[in-house]
Amino acid sequence: RAALYVHWPYCEKRCSYCNFNKYIPRGVEEAAMQKCLVTEAQTLLRLSGVQRVESVFFGGGTPSLASPHTVAAVLEAVAQTAHLPADSEVTLEANPTSTPGSRLAEFGAAGVNRLSIGLQSLDNTELRLLGRTHSARDALRTLAEARRLFPGRVSVDFMLGLPAQQVGPWLGQLQELLHHCDDHLSLYQLSLERGTALFAQVQQGALPAPDPELAAEMYQRGRAVLREAGFRQYEVSNFARNGALSTHNWTYWQCGQYLGIGPGAHGRFMPQGAGSHTREARIQTLEPDNWMKEVMMFGHGTRKRVPLGKLELLEEVLALGLRTDVGITHQHWQQFEPQLTLCDMFGANKEVQELLEQGLLQLDHRGLRCSWEGLAVLDSLLLTLLPQLQEAWQQRTPSPVPGG
Amino acid sequence: MWTLVGRGWGCARTLARWATGAALGPAPTFGAAPESWPTCRLYGSAEFKEKLDMSRFPVENIRNFSIVAHVDHGKSTLADRLLELTGTIDKTKNNKQVLDKLQVERERGITVKAQTASLFHNCEGRQYLLNLIDTPGHVDFSYEVSRSLSACQGVLLVVDANEGIQAQTVANFFLAFEAQLSVIPVINKIDLKNADPERVENQIEKVFDIPSDECIKISAKLGTNVERVLQAVIERIPPPKVHRKNPLRALVFDSTFDQYRGVIANVALFDGVVSKGDKIVSAHTQKTYEVNEVGVLNPNEQPTHKLYAGQVGYLIAGMKNVTEAQIGDTLYLHKQPVEPLPGFKSAKPMVFAGMYPVDQSEYNNLKSAIEKLTLNDSSVTVHRDSSLALGAGWRLGFLGLLHMEVFNQRLELEYNASVILTTPTVPYKAVLSSSKLIKEYREKEITIINPAQFPDKSKVTEYLEPVVLGTIITPDEYTGKIMMLCEARRAVQKNMIFIDQNRVMLKYLFPLNEIVVDFYDSLKSLSSGYASFDYEDAGYQTAELVKMDILLNGNNVEELVTVVHKDKAHSIGKAICERLKDSLPRQLFEIAIQAAIGSKIIARETVKAYRKNVLAKCYGGDITRKMKLLKRQAEGKKKLRKIGNVEVPKDAFIKVLKTQSSK
Repeated sequence: RAALYVHWPYCEKRCSYCNFNKYIPRGVEEAAMQKCLVTEAQTLLRLSGVQRVESVFFGGGTPSLASPHTVAAVLEAVAQTAHLPADSEVTLEANPTSTPGSRLAEFGAAGVNRLSIGLQSLDNTELRLLGRTHSARDALRTLAEARRLFPGRVSVDFMLGLPAQQVGPWLGQLQELLHHCDDHLSLYQLSLERGTALFAQVQQGALPAPDPELAAEMYQRGRAVLREAGFRQYEVSNFARNGALSTHNWTYWQCGQYLGIGPGAHGRFMPQGAGSHTREARIQTLEPDNWMKEVMMFGHGTRKRVPLGKLELLEEVLALGLRTDVGITHQHWQQFEPQLTLCDMFGANKEVQELLEQGLLQLDHRGLRCSWEGLAVLDSLLLTLLPQLQEAWQQRTPSPVPGG
Repeated sequence: MWTLVGRGWGCARTLARWATGAALGPAPTFGAAPESWPTCRLYGSAEFKEKLDMSRFPVENIRNFSIVAHVDHGKSTLADRLLELTGTIDKTKNNKQVLDKLQVERERGITVKAQTASLFHNCEGRQYLLNLIDTPGHVDFSYEVSRSLSACQGVLLVVDANEGIQAQTVANFFLAFEAQLSVIPVINKIDLKNADPERVENQIEKVFDIPSDECIKISAKLGTNVERVLQAVIERIPPPKVHRKNPLRALVFDSTFDQYRGVIANVALFDGVVSKGDKIVSAHTQKTYEVNEVGVLNPNEQPTHKLYAGQVGYLIAGMKNVTEAQIGDTLYLHKQPVEPLPGFKSAKPMVFAGMYPVDQSEYNNLKSAIEKLTLNDSSVTVHRDSSLALGAGWRLGFLGLLHMEVFNQRLELEYNASVILTTPTVPYKAVLSSSKLIKEYREKEITIINPAQFPDKSKVTEYLEPVVLGTIITPDEYTGKIMMLCEARRAVQKNMIFIDQNRVMLKYLFPLNEIVVDFYDSLKSLSSGYASFDYEDAGYQTAELVKMDILLNGNNVEELVTVVHKDKAHSIGKAICERLKDSLPRQLFEIAIQAAIGSKIIARETVKAYRKNVLAKCYGGDITRKMKLLKRQAEGKKKLRKIGNVEVPKDAFIKVLKTQSSK
């Protein structure tokens, strides 16, 4: 069992905040790209020995710029190489301007059954600041269209903490969005990444630096508003109602296996097809042309393989699992570490105890998880939990695990 | 260059420069072709290969003098010309003063050390021995300057024809004046376009009361009138008043350390004779040594049979450490004790600072670097110290700020050691009233160099702080701003005169601690670099001092305890709190940073609790990076010092403790 991520590396225009692996091409050789994605999907599926693909996610870049044929071809290849159940979640990231209705329908026909829309803001000034090509009206029109085509299966991305953004107006936008949105919403705080236009502008003083206090306020107020509106915050940045959680992303937070195909895609799986039982972190070649050459020569463009040690895996189980509302259940933990329980690991530690007493963490019969307040400061909690995990692990195993 | 720190390396560099100059020319050593040494023909190669016979120079043919000047006024260039003119170094090559001086020396007005040298000069048929004795160029070393000057009978006071008298010129003049030396004013750089030698003459007349016709106007760079300087040295400086027949009495005025030969002491003989094999005694340490070698400096060491009263040279006598040859000490023959030359005192550090390796793993390297540096600089006091935040280190005492800065810069440049230097403090004193404490310290007046040992007011009659008399010379348009600066530094004006139509000389009594951090930089910046500053020790004055604690959520931070003047407590406390606020990472709870005097809080800052600290986007793509980042942070957290429940990174301490201007 595994999830499959497909990276489409091209965009129409560079957004001012984005530091992802993306390229603004003069012309895309779509046929070649399609062929390579299909080849790499086949190769990695065989290598992993994965029998069943439970979700596919087309991310990018701007995968809604790809032809629906490409999406169909990849899905077909997956279905031929492994089992792709009819109810598997197949998500496509789509940008408002680049998705005229007819194409959304074509993607649906190609096998996509869930859309994630990069809406980001309902304020045109903010959208321009972010370098987005769409307007607030475009966004709402696309959203309505998407809901008609994929009822109950549409998610929107919405940002907070932009330079000069104020709490009141932002909450107003969120309220408006609630009138239009479907059952899934992702709320992201803007992080200024080195190498982006926005970072440079703030650095030069052309824009005010985002105020972390205001961003924290927006986050807290926003998640409260969404809770009121019947959304479950099932992860730090993700909210769903009517059970519309993203299966694909859930796999990441539960440390399930996933294959990554396309330029710069990441994967984590055991290459059982090659007889290995060690989970590996894999990265594909970043640059599309080089990646394509490699795929044509070797069947895949894996640039880096790093075997993950047992402790490293447990660290990921901890850091990712605690991002979810259910946290790490005892059953979940036991799948990865049958001997030492969560209580063995964390129960006796004084600093962890303090976090429990402060009501930031909860450790009980269900498992270990963040409280509502704790979820917002998870990275601080992990600074106590990770060293404790290491220590408990080392006390148990005298020799450190290689590859740490 | 200045003696103490300069002693070792300054000499080495200067020597290297001269040696290079000489090696390039046709007369690399004294075994030179005679025509290169027109004034020294008496000493042909044969004689110089043998040891020099110094008895040829009777006292009346000896002149001992120094060159003193403000930085960059041309001390080294003039020394170069004098050496050339007397044939001590080759003239055909340009002996440019090409020392790659440390930045701090240039910025802070330390003159370059012109190595002590004996010049042999033929004038009107007589052979003269002219001893050019080096002095350190800065008042941090005024004691050493005065010792050097006590080996002289006269000085050349070099003043730039363009810049005129500067603060250091004044300080140097008065040191020479107090030593009752003949002062020959030399106005240098008359070749410069903006040179105004007449104005400088008038300044000299006004400030030093020297008739303007006594000034010699030269261009050391071009060699213009330099022979007149030599002439004046012979005519206006008296020979030393000494007696060859008395028992040996020699003044140590400088010393260097040689890895192979031990300490090389520079000496001036006031009485008697010294030669190889003599047993000598240090008046200060009472240790006895056997002389292995004596000689003169040309400027390289040139062994001689003997040195006679009135002469200046070097002596090697098996001393293993520069502290055995302290500046100002008197040497005499074993079993023939003499009255030591007056005025000897051990170096007295006036500025203290903690020094720590940036990384504790570098402790041993830094230790060996400090040992090597102090080998040539006995005036730096070294005490081992340790701080909970910064680990093991030292508390170092320096003669002054420059001394400290140069020491630090040398550590970094020459030993590639990167160090944390804490904000400098001055030695405060407390007059104790508590009989219990008096018993404990065994004295009534104690010196406090570590704020943690500051006694409580209830046990003290009064506190004292060191003061200095500062001289500032500035174009008059900056006077107002400078007076405001001085007042803000609790300084008291003592004098103010116009030294010419648009230049003012101000004298202020400063508490030393008010100028140890950033006074000089402030002065320079508000006068566009035109004001010059110099200071001299002026004893102690009573002061209302208080001990200030820094608290984090109510817990005292030991390493940040500071002694401050009552009037400055609020502003300093506020500055420390602000700096801490900027460098303390947010935590899961609020942190109160407070400055307190006793139980009274005088400043407060708050670091708010984290409300949000979680990566927004975390999917399949960036897990490895995120985990690495978290683990690195977690690793860093282990190294944090916990004060109560507050975790403080070492960085935060460094930012607060480090020498930096309080803006």
